[in-house]
Amino acid sequence: MNFLDITRETCPMTFVKVKLALAKMESGQELEVILKAGEPLENVPRSCEEQGYQVLSIDDCGDHKHRIMIKK
Amino acid sequence: MNESKKDITIVCFSGDFDKILAAFTMATGAAATNRKVTMFFTFWGLNVLKKEQGRKWLGQGIMAKVFNFLMGGRKKLPLSRLNFGGISPSLMTSMMKKHNVATLPELIEAAHALGIRILACEMALHILELERDDLIEEVEDVVGVATFLNESENGHIIFV
Repeated sequence: MNFLDITRETCPMTFVKVKLALAKMESGQELEVILKAGEPLENVPRSCEEQGYQVLSIDDCGDHKHRIMIKK
Repeated sequence: MNESKKDITIVCFSGDFDKILAAFTMATGAAATNRKVTMFFTFWGLNVLKKEQGRKWLGQGIMAKVFNFLMGGRKKLPLSRLNFGGISPSLMTSMMKKHNVATLPELIEAAHALGIRILACEMALHILELERDDLIEEVEDVVGVATFLNESENGHIIFV
């Protein structure tokens, strides 16, 4: 399982780390990302879908954190 | 890649620490959100691309040597305001680290990893008597203004 916690990152490294993590993965693999509400939550899933990746789920973990699952 | 997104070219004319930070933040943010990004460095901006990160007497003639020494490299970029004799950029970097904001070296590394094209201005290199070998390996090409304009024809151009 590929895992990335970007809750402590700020713009633009939130997007950058997700993009680079996905670039290293094989097609069909999944990436779990923990991110904060606000800009990362609004833009990371959208940005992944634009690249043709599938956002499998978005779950609220409480404490303004969310878990998203992305399939490359 | 989203076809509707325009390419972005950022002209890095300034060699100010804060302006270069803004340029790399925009560039990496744009590249990470699926835009094709080119950064064109000219004049003071070339200081960011020098292999020598401190001060060094580069070039052949006395004028070029003095200018290159005074301009310095990546570690000598001044803050555009409140530079306080050059101490401010390191103070700013420690504040950035404290708040977990990416530092300039981290942004430059990210830019390279994201495949951002880094171009250097031929004319400015010529004036300062710098060679391609004086610049970091990440520089993809040394080009003139015509190439830069051709390549950014259908995109946004941001001048920093």
